[in-house]
Amino acid sequence: MSKQEQHWEKSKGLLMMTLAIWFVFSIGIFLFGAEMNEVTGPFGYPLTYWFTCQGSLGIFVILIFWFANRQEKIDEEFGFSERGDD
Amino acid sequence: MLKGNFIDNLPKVYGIYTGGFLGFIIIMSIGEQMGMSAKAIGICFVAFTVAIYAIIGYLSRTAQADAYYVAGRQVPTVFNGMATAADWMSGASFVAMAGGIYFKGYGYMALLVGWTGGYVLVASLLAPYLRKFGCYTVPDFIGTRYGGNLSRFMAVVVLTVASFTYVTAQINATGTIASVALDIPFQYAVYVGLISILLCSMLGGMRGVTWTQVAQYIVLIIAYLLPVFWISNKMGAGFFPHFMLADEVSRIAELEAQFGFVKNSAENLKEVPKGLAGITKAHSAVNATPWAFISLALAMMMGTASLPHVMMRYFTTPSVKAARKSVGWSLFFIFLLYSSAPMLATLSKLSLIDPSLPTGIIGKSISEVQAIDWYQNWNQANLMFVSDFNGNGTLELNEFFMGGKAVVLATPEIAGLPYVISGLVAAGGMAAAMSTADGLILAIANAISHDVYYKIIDPKAETAKRLVVARVLLVVIGFAGATIAALEIQGILGSVIWAFDFAMSGLFFPLVLGVWWKRANKEGAIAGMALGLISGAGYLVWVRTGGSGFLGITQLTFGIFGSAVSLVSMVVVSLITSEPSAATQRMVDEVRIPSGRSIIGKQ
Repeated sequence: MSKQEQHWEKSKGLLMMTLAIWFVFSIGIFLFGAEMNEVTGPFGYPLTYWFTCQGSLGIFVILIFWFANRQEKIDEEFGFSERGDD
Repeated sequence: MLKGNFIDNLPKVYGIYTGGFLGFIIIMSIGEQMGMSAKAIGICFVAFTVAIYAIIGYLSRTAQADAYYVAGRQVPTVFNGMATAADWMSGASFVAMAGGIYFKGYGYMALLVGWTGGYVLVASLLAPYLRKFGCYTVPDFIGTRYGGNLSRFMAVVVLTVASFTYVTAQINATGTIASVALDIPFQYAVYVGLISILLCSMLGGMRGVTWTQVAQYIVLIIAYLLPVFWISNKMGAGFFPHFMLADEVSRIAELEAQFGFVKNSAENLKEVPKGLAGITKAHSAVNATPWAFISLALAMMMGTASLPHVMMRYFTTPSVKAARKSVGWSLFFIFLLYSSAPMLATLSKLSLIDPSLPTGIIGKSISEVQAIDWYQNWNQANLMFVSDFNGNGTLELNEFFMGGKAVVLATPEIAGLPYVISGLVAAGGMAAAMSTADGLILAIANAISHDVYYKIIDPKAETAKRLVVARVLLVVIGFAGATIAALEIQGILGSVIWAFDFAMSGLFFPLVLGVWWKRANKEGAIAGMALGLISGAGYLVWVRTGGSGFLGITQLTFGIFGSAVSLVSMVVVSLITSEPSAATQRMVDEVRIPSGRSIIGKQ
């Protein structure tokens, strides 16, 4: 497998992982919204309510930065990273 | 004062700007103490901020295509994040979102999840690859990846349908705010709003829009957060509302149980002015089925990843790496406002319905409520209404009605904040609506000037001529939008949601598969865009004209049907026609490598 193919395989793997986490917090947990709301979540809010107003939103922010860092590592590993940082 | 080039000095420039704006707020509050009228403060806030944007727009003027279309591709990640956040958060987010949460609770909060979760798709599936491509517009990507004028043209059609639906709502919002703040009739205020919008974008194109959007973000976030924190502290609900409102949320649930949700008869509801609603849904309980919630969130997420005015912001970053990071920053800046909207809704609702609070009106006598100053003001503005349906003389929960906008606009006054805050909120709403309208009008005008005029009609046109065409289109599209907005056909929020559905119906799969599926070809993409858009629009018309719909897909989520048709037709047509040329396949391979020169730059 060429360097480029390996890079793409790894990038696809990262994409799948990112989308899996995304799926859980944007769709998965809301299948059980009513049940989950019985539980007390962070800061004392009902759990589902908390996810809709802070939890899922915050997790998406962290997820994107995590994804960006992982992808940069993959790019570096195969020598595809760009110069300059901003 | 500033050494070196503008980009290196950005933190300083916007630091001074933020300080200046805070200083202006202080001057205004001193003015209020000294007897400045509420109206004068409102005018000052709107006029001052709009003047600043116009100056930035003028200073960013340019005659270069690269600067006009993609701000010279040198916008640093954090600032591009702010600009995207302003581009993204529309008048609807600013003025109507807290109101939506206030009235509809959980079912509405699917929009919060959808409008943030979509950025994960943007970051992972699209933005970095489109940046590597080096296109000027979204149809530029479609046209180059799939080849042929027809695919390019179809992309322009989808873009125009989606963005135009969206932009009328934004011009409508600027008109609403301008008409309230400047006290002029709506029909004229719409054009005042439009001229302010064009001042930012006409001379500098994307460069002008970028730097005004950063300035607008700063105004809108201060205007949103300051009242939330202030009200929360004033009510004694906690000095950091986001972490401290659990008691208030459970108190609302308690009051809801105590009052009950009494259903009003249709006859009684006839009395209520159009556009106002009562509290009929639980605040924090799950009040929608899983599918209703998930389908709305999913439609908004896929729509986010297909809206061209958002995508084109990531064409302005210096590198592919920066485009990825920049999506993260965008969402962070959006998160600051979105996570505050539910808190504002909570504070607003509790302050109105809790009889044990001095501001609470439920349980008071009707005549007492009708004598309150702020009630009279907002009743006159057609945003509040009470009526004694059961004739017991006391105001019940089901007898109190409010417009969605009032949650943001009226809560500061109800909580007893000085008027300067209301002026600030008006400036924030104006900034939110203007920044989104600018991004949208520019997206449409750029697509038509670059993709239709330059790429299809006259590929030999000189830069100067191209930019003249781009600017003329900007004005024409702006006026068309304002003319339709002046007719006041539909509400702000409804048309925003439709824009997402249109965009995802036509563009989501052609964009995503363009990067992730090498076998996707021109015929498939054209079929995907055309059939997706037609079936989505057809479904909307069908449901609007009394159709029953299926699978629980409503007029707000018709994009789910449209994009499903788009996916199936794109895959089927791609597979029955010949595979893309070797050159195209090599191009896709190259898009997937972040380093190296952009694809279009090479040609």
